[in-house]
Amino acid sequence: MADLSINFAGIKAPNPFWLASAPPTDKAYNVERAFAAGWGGVVWKTLGEDPPVVNASSRYGGIGYNGQRLMGLNNIELITDRPLQVNLEEITMVKRKWPDRAVVVSLMVPCEEESWRRILRQVEETGADGVELNFGCPHGMSERGMGAAVGQVPDYVEMVTRWCKQHSRMPVIVKLTPNITDILKPAAAAQAGGADAVSLINTVQSVIGVDLDNMAPLPTVDGVGTHGGYCGPAVKPIALRMVGEIARAMPGLPVSGIGGIGTWRDAAEFLAMGSGCVQVCTAAMHYGFRIVDDMINGLSDWMDEKGYARIADVTARAIPKFVHWQDLNLAWKTIASIDPEACIGCGLCHIACEDTAHQAIRLSPGDAKRVYEIIEDECVGCNLCSHICPVDGCITMKPQQASQHLTWKQHPNNPLRVAEAAE
Amino acid sequence: MSDLLDDVFSGSSPDIKAGRLPGEALAACFADAHPPLTRDQADIEANRCYFCYDAPCVTACPTAIDIPGFIRAIATGNLPGAGRRIFEANIMGGACARVCPTEILCEGACVRNAQQHKPVEIGALQRVATDAVITRAEATGVHPFQRAAATGRRVAVVGAGPAGLACAHELARSGHAVDLFEARPKPGGLNEYGIAAYKMADGFAAREVNFILGIGGIRVFTNQALGRELDLGALRRDFDAVFLAIGQAGVKSLAVPGEALPGVMDAVRFIETLRQAEDKASVPVGRHVVVIGGGNTAIDAAVQAKRLGAELVTLVYRRGREDMPATTVEQDWALMNGVAFRHWAAPVAIEGGEGVRAVRFARTTLAGGRLALLEDGFVLAADMVLKAVGQSLDVAESEALPAIAQGRIVVNPDTLETSLPGVFAGGDCISGQDLTVQAVADGKRAAQRIDEYLKGRNHG
Repeated sequence: MADLSINFAGIKAPNPFWLASAPPTDKAYNVERAFAAGWGGVVWKTLGEDPPVVNASSRYGGIGYNGQRLMGLNNIELITDRPLQVNLEEITMVKRKWPDRAVVVSLMVPCEEESWRRILRQVEETGADGVELNFGCPHGMSERGMGAAVGQVPDYVEMVTRWCKQHSRMPVIVKLTPNITDILKPAAAAQAGGADAVSLINTVQSVIGVDLDNMAPLPTVDGVGTHGGYCGPAVKPIALRMVGEIARAMPGLPVSGIGGIGTWRDAAEFLAMGSGCVQVCTAAMHYGFRIVDDMINGLSDWMDEKGYARIADVTARAIPKFVHWQDLNLAWKTIASIDPEACIGCGLCHIACEDTAHQAIRLSPGDAKRVYEIIEDECVGCNLCSHICPVDGCITMKPQQASQHLTWKQHPNNPLRVAEAAE
Repeated sequence: MSDLLDDVFSGSSPDIKAGRLPGEALAACFADAHPPLTRDQADIEANRCYFCYDAPCVTACPTAIDIPGFIRAIATGNLPGAGRRIFEANIMGGACARVCPTEILCEGACVRNAQQHKPVEIGALQRVATDAVITRAEATGVHPFQRAAATGRRVAVVGAGPAGLACAHELARSGHAVDLFEARPKPGGLNEYGIAAYKMADGFAAREVNFILGIGGIRVFTNQALGRELDLGALRRDFDAVFLAIGQAGVKSLAVPGEALPGVMDAVRFIETLRQAEDKASVPVGRHVVVIGGGNTAIDAAVQAKRLGAELVTLVYRRGREDMPATTVEQDWALMNGVAFRHWAAPVAIEGGEGVRAVRFARTTLAGGRLALLEDGFVLAADMVLKAVGQSLDVAESEALPAIAQGRIVVNPDTLETSLPGVFAGGDCISGQDLTVQAVADGKRAAQRIDEYLKGRNHG
């Protein structure tokens, strides 16, 4: 059996599945239910200074796809709206009752050293395992000079991180906003400030949809709407890229992966792209805490099957193969292949290729079963058909024997090519 | 059974009566057998459609409805668009959604069968879209299609069943003036008179006729039968073209002794009586009912007899289950409703006194590819016998009629024109699949050919 326990930047947990700082971790009641369900840790919903913020009624907007609910979720909720002391007492109680679980406390206070120093001392007294600095919240708080307003300015990230390391013995995780052009800049700033780890992504700024009857962006509050933070399965690819970039550029900096994780497979992918643990929110909000059961079993079984003994064996496993486009072998080719036995004759591959790709799929001649076939000379190996085909395994991509290794850096079409050694 | 046969031969009176079931039970039995999908069900089902290119379901539909197109419109919440797309191809898309044997047409061709053994429920989705458009047209009085400018041409359509209605609608749409003649008191044809009540619940046949006529330009004359009130020669003289859609109004007989006994009736008459009865409790049915035949009429009669409260309904067919014209879905429906099937038997005599009491059958077999009666047989007790062994063309002998062969009006398969110039025919009175959807396809195609014919004459 694989060992799922982790030591993430000095924070121990029985498994890598944490609940992200969000509504599911706002109260002892929820957090205890999560721990009872098996979650390895939580990042307590962001604490701020009193008086607490006020949250709006109508806080979420959802987007479905082809009948499936919540492909994406956006929210306009702010940090905890409960008094600081209530949260601190509950954190103390929960950590005492669940000593083996990770309890990390998310923080967001004004950009003043004294504010940070004060709250860090209070959190330390709870016995919490660490803090996460919320530099990501993209709405409501950023307008007050907090959250993403800090996260988008690397100098501020470094400065606040440094304060936190100076005024606390606790591990400090810096949570990054994706609402920025180059994720490496704030990540490097966090590292320079002494961060023990980074976590990402926070939510993506979004308008989830428009109410076409009322002509207002969703969700509406008393008839009007505002932008929110987007999360859920739809943001996973964005998050995987950012996590991978940091893991590739800053090996050794622990990364807590966040963004659309709902299954053990999602988690394994985040681990492979450099995460040491993962944080989940939308999937739990969609289905309840019980989803962690399959996440734990599924990841464990998969690790056993692949021969990975520890989470650390998986972390960043795919990073050596996460290259820049200019390092791809342009002489390599793959060609689509349709299994006529499995083909159900829907024609989707044909029309997609015909209308929008390379005219490389035609109806097989003969009037028996209606099936499609690849015109190999026309196929460029784009994979489009294999993604469209509704039958699993019907269209596969067959790698061809590569004649040579030729990247763009060496390619004759590249005016800036590097001269080959032989020349 | 032996007691019963003793009764039969001792001459006790047949047990035929109305109101075998309490009113509420009857109402449930004759309500919509397959209620419409809810909005949620429709969304889930619509999203199962792959939106195939050059879709096999469209090819399988005699009216070539753009099925992936209308299902996608349902999925996007565009019900009016979905309905219009269906009616564009098939103005009786509402009836077809209810009565089409989809398992041998669109749903039989669905690619989901190959993948999942469960096609998209195209018929049920079609009903959602067509119901929405018809209900809206009823509420607003606005028909989804508009007529072209009047051509000044007049066309007579004889028969207001699916073929006639579809033809009349298409002609009216093209700007021609149509007089639609119907032999019976109401238009609608088999949809009004000949299909099980639970398939056409809530007066749908009449609602659909009103919807179709809503385009305007169609005058309806009922109780006008060819060879009775109407004369084809006069129609040809008074109109620019004629479309014959007179169906198969005659009924074939069993040609066995006892066929004239009280309690022996044509299944189509039984169904018609049921359909026209406001109160199903007024329709008499036997305690023991024997239905002879293996088509959809036999099934509709047998199941409705059972649902009226008959104790035992036995459907007897002279060949095997796989030979029955009724689809397997229809057969399963009858079995689920408690109808008993007997295969490989043919009636040789109907017995009784003041009414029918039993039917004597001979077992059958295939001998040299032909059906042969065996010596061996059996007797089924029966208070009522429903004959459903086929229908036939029913027109008075007249030299003005077009050529007829094998009981069907002969037409040019491309133009649907008969042997008489300017006279076209379609639906069950010509040869082809005896399906509503085929009749609609014929009617629409005939209208297009008539339109071309009239334009040709304009120039000629």
